[in-house]
Amino acid sequence: MKTGILRFPGSCDEVDAQLAAGLVGEAVLLWHGDRDLQDVDAVIVPGGFSYGDYLRAGAIARFSPVMESVVEFAGDGGIVLGICNGFQVLCEAGLLPGALLPNANRRFTFRQVELEVVEPDTAFTSACPAGEMLSIPAKHGSGRYYADEPTLDRLEADGQVVLRYRPEQNFNGSLREIAGVRNAAGNVFGLMPHPEHAVDALTGSTDGLRIFESMHEAVEGARV
Amino acid sequence: MSEQLPTLKDALALGLTEAEYDLVCEKQGSPPNQVELAMYSLLWSEHCAYKHSKKLLVTLPTEGPAVVMGPGENAGAVDVGDGLICAFKVESHNHPSAVEPFQGAATGVGGILRDIFAIGARPIAILDSLRFGDIEESERSRYLLEHAVAGIGHYGNSIGVPTVGGEVYFEAAYEKNCLVNAMALGLGPREQLMRSAAAGVGNVVLIYGASTGRDGIGGASVLASAELGEGDDDKRPTVQVGDPFEEKKLMECSLELLELGLIVSLQDLGAAGLTSSACEMASKGEVGIDIDVRKVPLREADMEPFEIMVSESQERMLCVIEPKDVEAVRAICDKWEVSSAAIGEVTDTRLMRIYSDDELVGEMPVEALVDDCPIYDLAPQKPEEQLYDAPPVRLDASAGFGDALVALVGSPNISSRRPLFEQYDPIVQSRTVRRPEQADAAVLILPNGSALAASIDGNGRRVAADPYRGTLGVVLECASNLACVGAQPLGTTNNLNFGNPEKPHVAWQLTEAVRAIADACTALEAPIVGGNVSLYNEGASGPIYPTPVIGMVGLLPDASRAGRLGFVEEGETIALVGPFKPSLAASELSKLRGEPLPDGLPDIDIEAVRAAQIAVRDAVREGLIDSAHDIAEGGVAVALAECALAASLGASVTIDDNGDAWQALFGEAPGGFIVCGHATAIAQFSERTDLTVIGKVTGSELRIEAGSALIEVGLDELRTSHRALEELFQ
Repeated sequence: MKTGILRFPGSCDEVDAQLAAGLVGEAVLLWHGDRDLQDVDAVIVPGGFSYGDYLRAGAIARFSPVMESVVEFAGDGGIVLGICNGFQVLCEAGLLPGALLPNANRRFTFRQVELEVVEPDTAFTSACPAGEMLSIPAKHGSGRYYADEPTLDRLEADGQVVLRYRPEQNFNGSLREIAGVRNAAGNVFGLMPHPEHAVDALTGSTDGLRIFESMHEAVEGARV
Repeated sequence: MSEQLPTLKDALALGLTEAEYDLVCEKQGSPPNQVELAMYSLLWSEHCAYKHSKKLLVTLPTEGPAVVMGPGENAGAVDVGDGLICAFKVESHNHPSAVEPFQGAATGVGGILRDIFAIGARPIAILDSLRFGDIEESERSRYLLEHAVAGIGHYGNSIGVPTVGGEVYFEAAYEKNCLVNAMALGLGPREQLMRSAAAGVGNVVLIYGASTGRDGIGGASVLASAELGEGDDDKRPTVQVGDPFEEKKLMECSLELLELGLIVSLQDLGAAGLTSSACEMASKGEVGIDIDVRKVPLREADMEPFEIMVSESQERMLCVIEPKDVEAVRAICDKWEVSSAAIGEVTDTRLMRIYSDDELVGEMPVEALVDDCPIYDLAPQKPEEQLYDAPPVRLDASAGFGDALVALVGSPNISSRRPLFEQYDPIVQSRTVRRPEQADAAVLILPNGSALAASIDGNGRRVAADPYRGTLGVVLECASNLACVGAQPLGTTNNLNFGNPEKPHVAWQLTEAVRAIADACTALEAPIVGGNVSLYNEGASGPIYPTPVIGMVGLLPDASRAGRLGFVEEGETIALVGPFKPSLAASELSKLRGEPLPDGLPDIDIEAVRAAQIAVRDAVREGLIDSAHDIAEGGVAVALAECALAASLGASVTIDDNGDAWQALFGEAPGGFIVCGHATAIAQFSERTDLTVIGKVTGSELRIEAGSALIEVGLDELRTSHRALEELFQ
């Protein structure tokens, strides 16, 4: 499995994502100005502050040349993971429903959060037993998941809400405790917490590794 | 030139003295013009020339086996093995933060990060040391705290460098003059280490990064080298405005240029902007530099030559490169969307020549600018009486031992810093083995499995009570923090935050503090590799507490053995280690009781403290003990509470009261550690160091007996009190 991690000016967690994806396969960085995705099997849009997050988090990155290729790649069923700023970019690009608003406490906040795996049968959570809790750090200023009520109802009915904050963990005020959603086709997934920062017990927890293992399973499975 | 020459009056307004102005005229052979006077006034300011501190700073130890680069460069560096160096330095941004806390603190972080990548290291961690007035009384101090913390987070988070540690204290002496010191660590290959000396006559001088605007003009001389006073809001235009996105690109661009070997020498533009950077590079390289200000990318086209030379616009770097590499360098800059321009040339004239197109608008000998500023002797004198007012009474004299513990745990200087550090990203770059509140020092894993440890400390109140012993205590506490995670000190950085050194009592504080740093760093074999001096920190109500801030970096061989401060397991044995002789003098308890500062602190046996540090360090490294915590503010009782709260595990402990239970429970001194481990391990530890077994980890309350005194407090009550700062951030 070969994973490509996008690198925008202002990306901060791209090397971390490369390290994490490197634990389950090959991982390369993809420059924002290049359209060539180098035949990767999966794409990660990483955390950080792409283009300084000017205008609105993720609003400028969606117009980059590499994102044009990612939209096409996702349209063809390619596996795409957006983490934090990457989630914001995917929402801005229309690959995922909803939007991320400034945190309810109006501050950038770092916290280790407990997540509930709502949908264990996805390309991003298949390595998690049903009902499993994941302990993963979150760190952002705009992570309050928002969509209108009909959309939220539809997401829940269609099994697109993949991860929820556990009680008392939803510091950013996300509607219906949503921490991560996938698209209707199931090949694009975004979440605010950082699974790439939870792949080594020495620096935290290893719960985030499940996300990368699941992606590996999805890609290798598709190949078989 | 047709313009009228500036006069003595202009020189005085720019911060020079009459004698200094006369000396400038003598060095120039004639009265300086506007560009020249602006450049002299900056380079001869306290901020750039260290004219009141240089004679003291040369007494500090700067050499040691690990030191790769000592003071004088953008940052110091120590060898951390496997061909890697760790660059580190602390710097202050006090006056800008007092005037505009968000941008002042943000650009303080930006400035120290540029110092790190200027020497070829990737910034990997930020720590900060903050001082504000009495937040229980002062709305302004609460405002400064909130905005300075937001500014630090804004810059560090956005640029992708983790903020892994720090400290903050609140004392009335900082009401008019808060302190914002930021320390950064960087990691890089030893062979990529870059110096700032310009070299190679005919080489090109190239500026890259943000364009140059009118922000921050005169910051070094007007703002940083004078006391604060009324009407400081008018000085807001002298505070720079930061853009972390610009610096993120600048950092990646610089590191790529360095990796490709395209740079001969490199310097960031900080205080005094292009003036300071270009002159420092020319001085160190013993060359001259010609600069054409019309080639500098500008934000406003009509800027005067002197404005371009002194602007403190952020996120800019100056480098010397070979003419053949100009295109390659500019291509890398373009890739990162960083603007660049060749603005000058290295010459053999030993002159700084400033051109505006073809017109020569300033010409100065480099030596006169950089080396000929008068260096002053201090006239230290111990003041006859206490300089500082007694604090307000916050704890009733009739309060019992338990009430005192709860009050201390919830006091602004001891309560949990979580509401602050939660605004910082501590984990980006995937090296953080110990997050804030998990251990006494930050721990960052290195590629070979060893780890760096870093700590920053200061205690102005104790230094105010006794500048020599108070400062010894600060340096020792830093090393104790490193010992608690298992690290041996490699080097030290310091930021000397003091009042006006021209006043004898401040000169005395400064002299005594530097003497203590020298003695402690020598004994600890932790030489000074760089630092900063921030003087004139006073307002109409007097000087700040003398506040030497110490940053220390150490190494531990195995990151997986890094120590933690919290108790680990029910039933484990708790012991008190070290030559700990508690005293209530200048303690947090005496502050809460409203007692005035004492004149002097008890003697400290540096060697005995060091021996205890080594014992604790070795025991942590071997995995013999499971937790280690340095006893600091609030004494044994508070240290036990912190160990208990970190783990949500109670304890039952009995300590000797030595005739004074208050002193035994809440007295402070360097050299004490609370450790825990299995009974057999603690017994084994006791065979090689003096320790006292004081109790066990048990239950969900903290029970401490000292003679006839008894404290019994539930962890829930302690935790509620410990969260006192949260109210400020609702």
